[in-house]
Amino acid sequence: MSHHIVAADRLSFSYPDGTAALRSVSFCIHHGESVALIGANGAGKSTLLQQLNGCLTPSSGEVRIGDFPVTPRTLQEVRRTVGMVFQDPDDQLFMPTVFDDIAFGPLNRGVAPGDIEAQVAAALQAVGVGHLAGKPPYRLSCGEKKRVAIATVLAMDPAILVMDEPTAGLDPFSRREVIKLLKNFSHTRIITSHDLDMVAEVCDRVIVMHGGEIRADGTAEEIFADTELLAGCRLEPPFSMQACVVCGRRGVTAC
Amino acid sequence: MLDFRQLDQLAVRDTRIHRLDARAKVLVVLIFIVTVVSFGRYELSAMVPFFLFPVAVVVLADLPAGFVARKVALVIPFAAAIGIFNPLFDREIQLYLGPFAVSGGWLSCASIVLRATLTVTAAVILVAVTGFTAVCEALERLGMPHPLAVQLLFMHRYLFVLADAAARASRARELRACGTRGMGMGPFASMAGHLLLKSWERAERIHMAMLARGFQGTFHLQRGSGFGLPELSFLVSWTALFMILRFTNIPLSIGHAVTAFFNAGRLMP
Amino acid sequence: MHMADALVSPAVGGVMWAVSAGAVAYSSARLRKDTDERRVPLMGVMGAFLFAAQMINFSIPGTGSSGHLGGGLLLAILLGPHAALLAITGVLIVQALFFADGGLLALGCNIFNMGVIPAFLVYPLVYKKLAGQRPAGTRLSFAVIVSAVVTLQLGPFAVVLETLFSGLSALPFTTFLLLMQPVHLAIGLVEGVVTAAIVSFVYLARPELMHAGLQSALPVAYPLRNLVVGFLCAAILTGGVVSLVASNNPDGLEWAITRVAGTAELKAPDNRLHSWLAGLQETVSFLPDYAFKHPAVAEAQAPASRAAETAGTSLAGLVGVMITLLLLMLGGALLKRVRATA
Repeated sequence: MSHHIVAADRLSFSYPDGTAALRSVSFCIHHGESVALIGANGAGKSTLLQQLNGCLTPSSGEVRIGDFPVTPRTLQEVRRTVGMVFQDPDDQLFMPTVFDDIAFGPLNRGVAPGDIEAQVAAALQAVGVGHLAGKPPYRLSCGEKKRVAIATVLAMDPAILVMDEPTAGLDPFSRREVIKLLKNFSHTRIITSHDLDMVAEVCDRVIVMHGGEIRADGTAEEIFADTELLAGCRLEPPFSMQACVVCGRRGVTAC
Repeated sequence: MLDFRQLDQLAVRDTRIHRLDARAKVLVVLIFIVTVVSFGRYELSAMVPFFLFPVAVVVLADLPAGFVARKVALVIPFAAAIGIFNPLFDREIQLYLGPFAVSGGWLSCASIVLRATLTVTAAVILVAVTGFTAVCEALERLGMPHPLAVQLLFMHRYLFVLADAAARASRARELRACGTRGMGMGPFASMAGHLLLKSWERAERIHMAMLARGFQGTFHLQRGSGFGLPELSFLVSWTALFMILRFTNIPLSIGHAVTAFFNAGRLMP
Repeated sequence: MHMADALVSPAVGGVMWAVSAGAVAYSSARLRKDTDERRVPLMGVMGAFLFAAQMINFSIPGTGSSGHLGGGLLLAILLGPHAALLAITGVLIVQALFFADGGLLALGCNIFNMGVIPAFLVYPLVYKKLAGQRPAGTRLSFAVIVSAVVTLQLGPFAVVLETLFSGLSALPFTTFLLLMQPVHLAIGLVEGVVTAAIVSFVYLARPELMHAGLQSALPVAYPLRNLVVGFLCAAILTGGVVSLVASNNPDGLEWAITRVAGTAELKAPDNRLHSWLAGLQETVSFLPDYAFKHPAVAEAQAPASRAAETAGTSLAGLVGVMITLLLLMLGGALLKRVRATA
């Protein structure tokens, strides 16, 4: 059993209106890795993520999750293994209460009602929102919604966590909470983000995309040191690696 | 919209009424409404004792009386607007209040307003002590079709999201309207079209989220609670009271007794 | 166009509840067989959209007044009749519970007037016929506008009928009719134009929603059985109303007979029909001055509260005409359906 490898082999995808979103993308991510997908808007990051759990099917090429190629027949298995957290938590929290949302996945999997409570409690505990169990989603703050959304996916016990912009729109405190969470997970993590400082903290490996292609694939240090590459892809190094915003000197944290 | 959230917030309090199974509360309110509405068109005094139910629930469930009264007060002008035609067409004198002759039309108008007040109060109270989702689930267990229950829950869930989006779009337009009053049909159609498409796309994303968590067509809404003795006694006692109030006219009896007393007093030397 | 609890008698409310509940149950059963899972979030979100859109007012040119979107027809076009009915029902339930728009007894009437009529009557019989297989451009707009006008004539007419049969409002039938129908003609036009604009907008942006939206998952034509059920409901309604009215008839008839024949007794069997017809004619002739509670009839009955509850006999003729119209409409639709399948 190939230990939950996520692999893409010359994956290409075009939307029905003809836009080529992915051009011959290939990579291989191993169990336990923490990988960031970065790129400008429209580079194809979200499209690629949606290929990973079968929401979209490739026009050509293949995606493999562990032993399975992602095909309509293997969708159930794939979705058991790959847990996806969406960019907008409102899209993901559609049940009347937080408890119901977290229980949704396990109930669909056929977990007995008696065991549901325990699983939900564990997921709530993992993200630190135990006190929110009875609340309806519309009464949660942005940060709470993001954490609950993560809990809904964790409750399904996936091996691979895929997250689309986990820190977008969060205030600094909530952002810090989410970063702590992400660092503590032992799952394989695939994250897209514009928050490159978070990426620098959480991810060891970075894949840079531009125009539907992979431009670079290496360790975080290598990629963030290559300012030319980043500029060519409409990106910048993380703020913590740039010059001080006040006095302009590099490598200074306070002046 | 704020009322929505406030009502839902009231529903999570913990009193004996709140802890009752939702089905009992839904049933009692339904019986209440049917009973009130079954009164004849000129009935007034016999309906007044029915206020006992909302008042009792407000007290027992610790609801903010002012809030409930304000919600209900909004309804009265509408009921009056409907009933106001009656006095114009029904002029036959039904009774005399001292020197005043009251026509049937005024009686039925007042009856309409009273009816409306009672039924709306009951509905508001129901949601305040039960919560919207619990009411839906209770209705489903009482026989409402499953697709409709799911529809109500989803709609309720996304109501706030979409209402906010609509409010933002509306406000944005207003800020660029430079004082012209009202939105024309053209801008409205365009705005509604945008809202519709965004909503449709959101629905598609929700669908993907559901699929990603293994959705295969059926919803599992699990709620514990059982229908036990407290619920049964709640249901039976209120129904009995409603039946008694429906078929007797206590205010009238009191009125008769009091006037008879005074008459008797006058007769005495 | 919401009916209020205050105007609905338990009998009428009960019947309309039964009819609407039946329609909703039928739609639910049909939707359960639908394998398109997009339906669940789509219906919910569209219901929420309708609710939100109804909160925005727009001003109508020429008049000083403002209006808002009804939306029943719009939903029927985009979601198909069954999903649309459930979505509209959801909105109405929430409005009744939270916003006291209407009332819980009148809910059955409202679901019928604003849900069943656009989704089950106007959408298949008017819109689909006018718009054809692949609606586009002016033909689409025309179909939408006509359908909206028809919806907003049938709906208010149903309101008038429901109020009439309930007997709780002293507003005379003809006055009410003259109040409702012309006003709703204008409202229907506005609704039609706005709906057509929205539909065109959607069509330009995402044409696949128009043609391959939810509706293609379910066939639009509804079976004969549905019409028969509708017929039965109308029959029940008729029976209920007639019996309500008939309970007065002996008194009113007697009164009429007394007036005509000079005696309360009927002389001979062959005179009975004549007297009855004469009596009927007498009552019908009171039509112009008609009010729900005819003072003369009320006198003949005692006590005043009983007279107030039941409709005057002069109602009978009018009621008969209205019911005949309703039955004719349904009969026509039935016939059309039979011929279509033949």
